[in-house]
Amino acid sequence: MSTRRRRPASIAGPPTARGAQRTEPVESFRTRARRWLKENLPPAPQNYRWYGDDAQWPRARELQKILYEGGFAGICFPREYGGLGLTAAHQRAFTEESMGYEMPLSLNVPTFSICSPTILDLGTEEQKRKHIPAVLKGEEVLVQFLSEPKGGSDLAALTTRADRDGDVWILNGSKIWSTFAFAADYALCLARTDWDAPKHRGLTMFLMPVHTEGVTIKRIRQTNGSEEFCQEFFDNVVLPADSVLGEVNGGWAVASRQLFHERNAVGGGSPYVSGARPRGGGEVTDLVDLAQRSGQLADSRVREDLGETRAMRLVEEQLIARVTQAIKAGTMQPHASSILRLFHAETVWQQVDAALRIAGAVGVAGAPGHEQEQGEVGEDYIYRQASGLGGGSTEMARNIISERVLGMPREYAADRDVPFRQVKTGR
Amino acid sequence: MVHENSVLLALEYDFYSGVRQMDLELTPDQRLFQSTTREYLDRSAPIGTVRELAESGTGFQRDWWRQGAELGWTAMLVPEQLGGGTVSGSPMAELAIVAEEMGRTCAPGPLTTTSAVLAGLVRAGEAFADTIGSIVSGDSVVAWAFYEPGRGLDLTRFSVTAEPDGDGYRLSGSCDRVESGDQADAFLVAAQSPDGPVQVLVRADVPGVSVTPLWTLDVVRHTALVRFADVAVEPAAVVHRGADATAAVEAQLQVAAALAAAEMAGAADRTFEFTMQWMFDRYTFGRPLASYQALKHRMADNKMWLEACRATAVAAAKALDEDPGEAAEAVSAAKSFVGSKTPVVIQDCVQLHGGIGVTWEHDIHLYLRRVTLDRALYGTPEEHRRRITDLLDRSAA
Repeated sequence: MSTRRRRPASIAGPPTARGAQRTEPVESFRTRARRWLKENLPPAPQNYRWYGDDAQWPRARELQKILYEGGFAGICFPREYGGLGLTAAHQRAFTEESMGYEMPLSLNVPTFSICSPTILDLGTEEQKRKHIPAVLKGEEVLVQFLSEPKGGSDLAALTTRADRDGDVWILNGSKIWSTFAFAADYALCLARTDWDAPKHRGLTMFLMPVHTEGVTIKRIRQTNGSEEFCQEFFDNVVLPADSVLGEVNGGWAVASRQLFHERNAVGGGSPYVSGARPRGGGEVTDLVDLAQRSGQLADSRVREDLGETRAMRLVEEQLIARVTQAIKAGTMQPHASSILRLFHAETVWQQVDAALRIAGAVGVAGAPGHEQEQGEVGEDYIYRQASGLGGGSTEMARNIISERVLGMPREYAADRDVPFRQVKTGR
Repeated sequence: MVHENSVLLALEYDFYSGVRQMDLELTPDQRLFQSTTREYLDRSAPIGTVRELAESGTGFQRDWWRQGAELGWTAMLVPEQLGGGTVSGSPMAELAIVAEEMGRTCAPGPLTTTSAVLAGLVRAGEAFADTIGSIVSGDSVVAWAFYEPGRGLDLTRFSVTAEPDGDGYRLSGSCDRVESGDQADAFLVAAQSPDGPVQVLVRADVPGVSVTPLWTLDVVRHTALVRFADVAVEPAAVVHRGADATAAVEAQLQVAAALAAAEMAGAADRTFEFTMQWMFDRYTFGRPLASYQALKHRMADNKMWLEACRATAVAAAKALDEDPGEAAEAVSAAKSFVGSKTPVVIQDCVQLHGGIGVTWEHDIHLYLRRVTLDRALYGTPEEHRRRITDLLDRSAA
């Protein structure tokens, strides 16, 4: 079966014969995926920490290559760029079937779900043909260079600059919070190219190589011990003219697409994500185990915490289904994905808090018979707010929901329509 | 800074999209049913009428309920051969439409309790065709009695005892929180016999039955205490025995809980709409309330909770339509989630109204009363959370 599905090496080769007119029914796709997964992928590693070690990167590329060759890569990506051109329902079926297997999960965000769809939306034909098939084969990892040390939510106030010099652009400045930049090949980097235009109108997006002369990458250690985030320093980095993604000074439109795809990905509504990992705070069944180990499973308050946690998870799935369906049908605007982003934070917070209550003392200090395993509950709690910050803060989500979804008046902005050169900035 | 016209246009757009969004989950026939139900409720039970009913101490008017029955409110759960029928084959989804619309107007009426009763009676088939027929026509109202006075939800034991008497029983004991008990013609009573649980039909006017209306937080949705003093139950009035009774009370609870969730979602949704309108109309320091970020963020949160409430209420009804044997978790998730979130959302809307929000004159307390009642009946959020954990335990074992 997998032999029949094996695709030719040429980048544009569609996964099935061109003559095939009808889309494969989801259930038949699911059955085929189940069989293929069983034969081709190893079981998911035990105690998988999502911010695992650096070895996950070559491994992810390897796994992705296996998926590509088996005909299960890029399920919702267009066929002309090496994807399968199938529906979100096919992708969901595959993700469900893949749960017990080792998957290249680290490629999901931002490579598959944010950067690639943005290139598909706004890239040139050449950019799409160069990057998308490479991504789906596991040969290219993408990253976002957006936020800067001087400002988080106010992205458009960035001060990294790209100056035109004949045929090339010269990049200077610094970016931060780029996820796993050290492991990436290309970045979507937003830089200021016109200082006399108001802030949103003087930006340009560059599709730049990460490991090139003039780029220095520093890793940042998070409170949970992970080192997934990086800061980059640009010192006269030379970029060719065709590295512009979208229009010169039209970078905000590109960034907006990225932010849209990012909210979808963080909220769980992205069709480009393949495979899934346990949410922060662990699965509900882990909480049941935790309650058992801490001897509190019979306590009715603990049982309420467990039931509430399970209910939140179910409601989150139901909400994702409702909102993504409505956005697709056009009855809700795309901005409504911010509702999912906000709800996801609430779900994690509820779960992390419940875990801390259930663990009691063993969540914060070792005790005979309780190893550091339970301490992960405490570590998750320390890192709790990350789910309200990454992928755009919950405050920004509330702005979007109130202003764009509910139509409430926009906030006053001192920098609106002011040439960026004249806008006040902090230190 | 504030451009009122664009703001109001945007507001209309959202309400429009909100309505369309609900429609998305409905078939054309269900959409028609929804608008018919909404029109009938707007005409026959607007909030002013609800206030009049409250002032006069009337729960609901029987003619009004009969007309609702003609619209199909009592037919959904009943097979066609027993005089029922659905709009397009999804009984709970369609009943949830009625419940949601009732929430939007704080409508009176025994929808939840009669639906629970019908869900139980139809399991016993043709034997109760006459009773079912009179409930479907709206001519009689039968309320479900299962709560032990003063105690929480417990479907494993019932405080009313059923002493065997030939093939029938003699009932003793009492139930509280009998919804619309003051206006019911009969009760479906969950009771404990020496051989396990039973459910029996008891007319309200037979010797030994006494009904005491109880104080209830909602202004038109009444509850009652029903006492049974050695009441004779004929064999023909025994609806379920043993395992059948256990399965029936579980199914009835799920129907009632899912409808309560839908009603709360509707009530909170309507409250959110008029609160939003208020925030655009009310000016302070020269700006509408809607322009303050501190308040905008609260409405964003409220919007999120309400979308989630609607998502889970619809999912619970759908689960009951698709696989009633596996719907327990979806129903308890919906009842616990909607029951815990909607009162919080409406309380916040009260706060956003300022002083007018805590006056009797303003309608918002009617909505708050409705969700606070629905929150507690047919299982509190805490009780449903424990039910979910029981299910997790069972699947782990």
